[in-house]
Amino acid sequence: MIGVGKAKQYANVLDRPIGKGKQEVTIDSTSELNKDLVQVSLSAFAFLFSELVQYNQIQVDNIAELERRLEDAGYAVGARVLELLCHREKGSRRETRLLGILSFIHSTVWKVLFGKVADSLEKGTEHEDEYMISEKELLVNRLYARFISIPKDMGAFNCGAFVAGIVRVRTALDKAFQIIFNLC
Amino acid sequence: MAPAAPKSGDVIFASVDRVNAELFTLTYGAIVRQLITDLEEVEEVNKQLDQMGYNIGVRLVDEFLAKSSVSMCVDFRETADVIAKVGFKMFLGVTASVTNWDAEGTTCSLILEDNPLVDFVELPDTCQGLHYCNILSGVVRGALEMLRVALPEVFKQLRLIRAKEVEEVSMKTEVTWLRDMLRGDDVFELQVKLLKQVPEEYPYKDDE
Repeated sequence: MIGVGKAKQYANVLDRPIGKGKQEVTIDSTSELNKDLVQVSLSAFAFLFSELVQYNQIQVDNIAELERRLEDAGYAVGARVLELLCHREKGSRRETRLLGILSFIHSTVWKVLFGKVADSLEKGTEHEDEYMISEKELLVNRLYARFISIPKDMGAFNCGAFVAGIVRVRTALDKAFQIIFNLC
Repeated sequence: MAPAAPKSGDVIFASVDRVNAELFTLTYGAIVRQLITDLEEVEEVNKQLDQMGYNIGVRLVDEFLAKSSVSMCVDFRETADVIAKVGFKMFLGVTASVTNWDAEGTTCSLILEDNPLVDFVELPDTCQGLHYCNILSGVVRGALEMLRVALPEVFKQLRLIRAKEVEEVSMKTEVTWLRDMLRGDDVFELQVKLLKQVPEEYPYKDDE
């Protein structure tokens, strides 16, 4: 598994400073908070994401399997983002309560990954344990509108599965969470 | 239309939409992980990454030409310079430098000190043959194959030659990794070797 090395290298990885992201001023009009973040162009990410989707598309036969694979990829991303953010933002204290985690995802994670907080966090009405994090313009679906077109036979396909995977890992409490993504 | 002055990489990078580099890094890591799980052979993974990079490169070069308004490059040397200064900056936010030109001017090295793809990455023992950033070599290869090297603009404007005599070529290159930071070197060094220039065949005869 990538990330596990010999004892000597392992020590080096832990010692590497992760900092607040390297200091680089970007002329990004959205917020002050992004000033310290290192960035790459949206199209670079779009190309990479499209290759991810294309690669998985040839491996599977149906949409559900494809969404599951994207979700697995997102899961891996989420695990690492969780570690990174806990270390940076909260002094290595991790949320264990339900509402704590959800609001952490809603604000901090979303801000770091997508540049803004999620649009809202609501409690669902149908089930006791249902919560909704709404986002009007999901980054990957923005890519979806701009760069990716879906052939007709895959009408239900939702690239949000990738983001769903990122969220899934946070909610690793005893209760099982079902992540449902609805396009607003 | 008079050719606009080529914009510098920084200016273009500031004007495009951007995302957090960490998301990019982690997504790339997820891709490599998936490939390793599926393919298991390190060589296969390298080839697949290169292929993915090639697919990206052929499309990326269109966007590059559209955003950067560089005029056609006269020779390979200029092409490599433009890729390093403008191309890398525009997409990855880092600049590469070009060194190690050989005597004929067909081989050069692109040096990357800072590579957003490899933040937080360590290669385990089982993957020692892996070129983690192989997607970059595919991107460069794909982009160069789609780029055109042409005679200077002034000849075309003076109409001294007919369209089919303009030497527009696409470049077949071989791109390999010389130094890799993940294997203990101090920088990333990508060697770009020009194999041949294939002239573009126009499918029609230009009647004046």
